[in-house]
Amino acid sequence: MPSANLLKSIDYSVLQQCMHCGMCLPTCPTYVETKLERNSPRGRISLMRAVADGELEVSKALSDEMYYCLGCLACQTACPAGVNYAELFETARAEVEQAQVNDGMQRGFWRWLSLNVIFMRPWLLRVIGRVLRIYQSTGLEKLMRKVHFFGLMPRSLAALEPQTPHISAQFSDDLIWPDEVPKQSRGYRVGLLTGCIQDLAFSNINRDTVDVLLANGCEVITPRSQSCCGSLHAHNGELELARELARRQIDSFDLDNVDAIITNAGGCGSHLKTYGHLLHDDPFYAAKAKQWDKKVKDIHEWLVQIRFRKPTAGAGVGEVTYHESCHLCHGQRVVSQPRQILNSIPGLVFKELPESNWCCGSAGIYNITQPEQSQKLLDRKVENLRQAGVPVVATSNPGCHLQIANGLRACGSHPCHQVTQPVTLLAQAYRAEQQA
Amino acid sequence: MNQIEATFIQSLKEILPPDRVLTSAEDIVPYSFDGTAALKQRPGAVVFPLTAEEVSECVKLARRNNVPVVTRGSGTGLSGGSVPLSGCLVICLVKMDKLIEVDEKNLTLRAQSGVITKEIDDAAAKVGLFYPPDPGSMKISTIGGNVAENSGGLRGLKYGVTRDYVMGIEVVLPDGTLTFLGNKCVKDVAGYSMKDLFIGSEGTLGIITEVILKVLPRPKARKTMLALYDSMDAAAKTISAIIAAKIIPCTLEFLDRVTVQCVEDYAKIGLPTDVEALVLMETDGHPVVVEEEAAQMMALAKANGARDVRAAADEAEGAKLAAARRNAFSALARVRPTTILEDVTVPRSELATMVAFIDSVAKKHKLQIGTFGHLGDGNLHPTFLTNERDHEEMHRIEIALEEIVDETIRLGGTVTGEHGVGLAKKAFLKRQLGEGSYELMRNIKQALDPQGLLNPGKIFDPRN
Ligand SMILES: Cc1cc2nc3c(=O)[nH]c(=O)nc-3n(C[C@H](O)[C@H](O)[C@H](O)COP(=O)(O)OP(=O)(O)OC[C@H]3O[C@@H](n4cnc5c(N)ncnc54)[C@H](O)[C@@H]3O)c2cc1C
Ligand code: SF4
Ligand code: SF4
Repeated sequence: MPSANLLKSIDYSVLQQCMHCGMCLPTCPTYVETKLERNSPRGRISLMRAVADGELEVSKALSDEMYYCLGCLACQTACPAGVNYAELFETARAEVEQAQVNDGMQRGFWRWLSLNVIFMRPWLLRVIGRVLRIYQSTGLEKLMRKVHFFGLMPRSLAALEPQTPHISAQFSDDLIWPDEVPKQSRGYRVGLLTGCIQDLAFSNINRDTVDVLLANGCEVITPRSQSCCGSLHAHNGELELARELARRQIDSFDLDNVDAIITNAGGCGSHLKTYGHLLHDDPFYAAKAKQWDKKVKDIHEWLVQIRFRKPTAGAGVGEVTYHESCHLCHGQRVVSQPRQILNSIPGLVFKELPESNWCCGSAGIYNITQPEQSQKLLDRKVENLRQAGVPVVATSNPGCHLQIANGLRACGSHPCHQVTQPVTLLAQAYRAEQQA
Repeated sequence: MNQIEATFIQSLKEILPPDRVLTSAEDIVPYSFDGTAALKQRPGAVVFPLTAEEVSECVKLARRNNVPVVTRGSGTGLSGGSVPLSGCLVICLVKMDKLIEVDEKNLTLRAQSGVITKEIDDAAAKVGLFYPPDPGSMKISTIGGNVAENSGGLRGLKYGVTRDYVMGIEVVLPDGTLTFLGNKCVKDVAGYSMKDLFIGSEGTLGIITEVILKVLPRPKARKTMLALYDSMDAAAKTISAIIAAKIIPCTLEFLDRVTVQCVEDYAKIGLPTDVEALVLMETDGHPVVVEEEAAQMMALAKANGARDVRAAADEAEGAKLAAARRNAFSALARVRPTTILEDVTVPRSELATMVAFIDSVAKKHKLQIGTFGHLGDGNLHPTFLTNERDHEEMHRIEIALEEIVDETIRLGGTVTGEHGVGLAKKAFLKRQLGEGSYELMRNIKQALDPQGLLNPGKIFDPRN
């Protein structure tokens, strides 16, 4: 492991880019909550710069601050000066991990188990998924809840238990052939990333994605047993592991023979598009990673780019609103495309959600690490959904999907009672055409 | 580093709950600067009062212990006004954020001084009223900071600046006295207009804790237009022609080529990047008048050499254009690591001369300058794009700046139109004011704050 001061070693101009104008403050959920500068983008950047300048030690308090940040990147959208907050944030988290200022035994163990063991091994993740599936489907889950088993666990983990995603009955590999060919080709061949959480909890959405691509004349290549994209690692200070996973992803596709690599999870896409930077000094992968970045496309982005076909049948829904995944809108700047897709569906009435791009509090594993702040953001989102008063909300990131579904479930009666995704609605509309 | 005494901190914690008294490095490093480039100083402690009484108690305590006090709003100032002094106490007012009253009968609005500028106008808008001053930073600046800097905005030409809307202020004086200056009356000549002394005083005379603001009926219509020019001269001529035609638009904002390029790079709203000057024009008021004035302004722009003139399709597009203009300063930071912004203002008739002069200075000293500003009120923001670590270049900037200041004063202008003197313009103040009024200002400071407690060293150096 390199042990240099990471913040010192990044290009100083990245730190200097922040001219502390404060224009990002009103868009930062943690600043708006506390009105304290250290909880703001410019405050956090000033702390990073103080570390780089040797004026501040890497401390537990610094680490806490970097983990209180959601990594939602709203500040990056707001910043007129073009500050690359994503890079600063990942570097700062890596810095605090390297300095080991935060190592309690328990935290160390859970981090190691999830980041170094489970999310590095696609087969293991799926084994766990299978166990969870049995657990959830056999009634064991209900029994455990009844006997208050989770009362015995640490508070944050116990709170998380009801949030465990409901595991899909089948994973993507059971639902999608490695190579699927459209009835009428438009000459496109694309690769599909199935994701890890997406695959466990929402393999049906991967199927929908394939269907939508096929309906638009794209041949879809889906490699088996894909690994995690590494975003979880990069956002949690494990840049070396993230690099390893990036190399594996790149190796699993024949880049010269696909027009695009499609991702349908906002959080993954945002990270997937930065492999070039992540591997920029890897002698073997630097060039490939650059090529990779160019080919990775969010599904909505790709559909609009190839002028997707407007469906002629509806999706069986009326009013629909849209919650933007942070890493889709702020990380990838994909803002109008999901709306265009929703608006293209006959019979669907699109209604904007107030504060649609305000983080829902899911933020990777933030809802596990910072349950309190996460809950506040979820409450805010649920309230905005109430304001919108629409029965269906679409979003396009598994974390947001689960978080919002949990939030709505917890409040019992709420005008909004269905969480879905734009591709799912589009796939339904195309399917309805067949039946018509 | 000048450490603040532990006993002083202890006493602060007797006035305020401990979570509103910050002293650890991680907590206070982020208060070392405001929006001004290259100024940085870590304070001794930062406190967050919620009431005027708490502010008063903190000031009294600081006075007894001889600890200098720097008042801070959102820290977006551009002259170093809220940059701390070593070991000082920063009183940050962002948590005093209560909007107290919108009085539709008297057309006034009352708020604590930590309320965000935009929230003031939003609250007014809810009942069909309007708070016109709209500094570029309005989404985050505090109303207290606006009053303390007498901030301007994009609508200054027609609606004036913050001062024109302040009817009363509650203020904590350097000895801790809490007092109210002004009232809701449109007319009031009872003694000196004391509130006016505090408007634009940059936190050196008192701490403003509450304000009563004048609000207006909200204009029924608004039209935004863009005029593009291949020469700055043509743009300036248009402005003169519009004023000569007896039209007072609410906005006449100008961006030069470098600035347009940066703004477009950020906002991606389809601005042409090959123009020498872009002028954003806006007129508001009665719908019929707005239509008529807009047509006239567009015609005048064309007649005076605009390459292209177009109107925003609707209010939403107009708002987008104005928002893009508000980001001009920060967007310029894309080019180089350090962005040093000036605020020179000349009589309107001298605008074209001043812009040409700035251009020649940039060429002469081989510097990169992006200029934008409020054409309607002669307020320009030439912005040096540089790197504070390049000492040789920073030196050339100093010389260029001297030349720009000299020319400004020669043309009958001022070194700062709206950002204040703070630390950044201190060196030029005497030159502009002359001995007499410079000393008068210092006498006033001396009379109100003999101990030099509030924001010492800002605007001018303390006496001995
Ligand atoms: C991107 C950007 C655009 C801007 N555009 C404009 C513009 O168009 N027009 C313009 O005029 N300015 C502009 N500014 C400058 C700045 O936003 C204003 O000066 C603003 O009024 C400062 O408010 P603040 O709350 O951030 O105050 P701060 O920066 O915190 O403080 C400014 C000064 O006021 C004092 N002060 C603050 N609050 C109080 C109080 N309650 N009582 C007494 N003293 C106090 C401080 O001590 C300091 O001297 C811009 C700044 C930025 C970063
Ligand atoms: S991150 Fe950008 S918007 Fe925020 S203070 Fe820095 S320069 Fe300004
Ligand atoms: S990533 Fe989100 S939480 Fe973190 S500083 Fe930026 S806006 Fe704030």
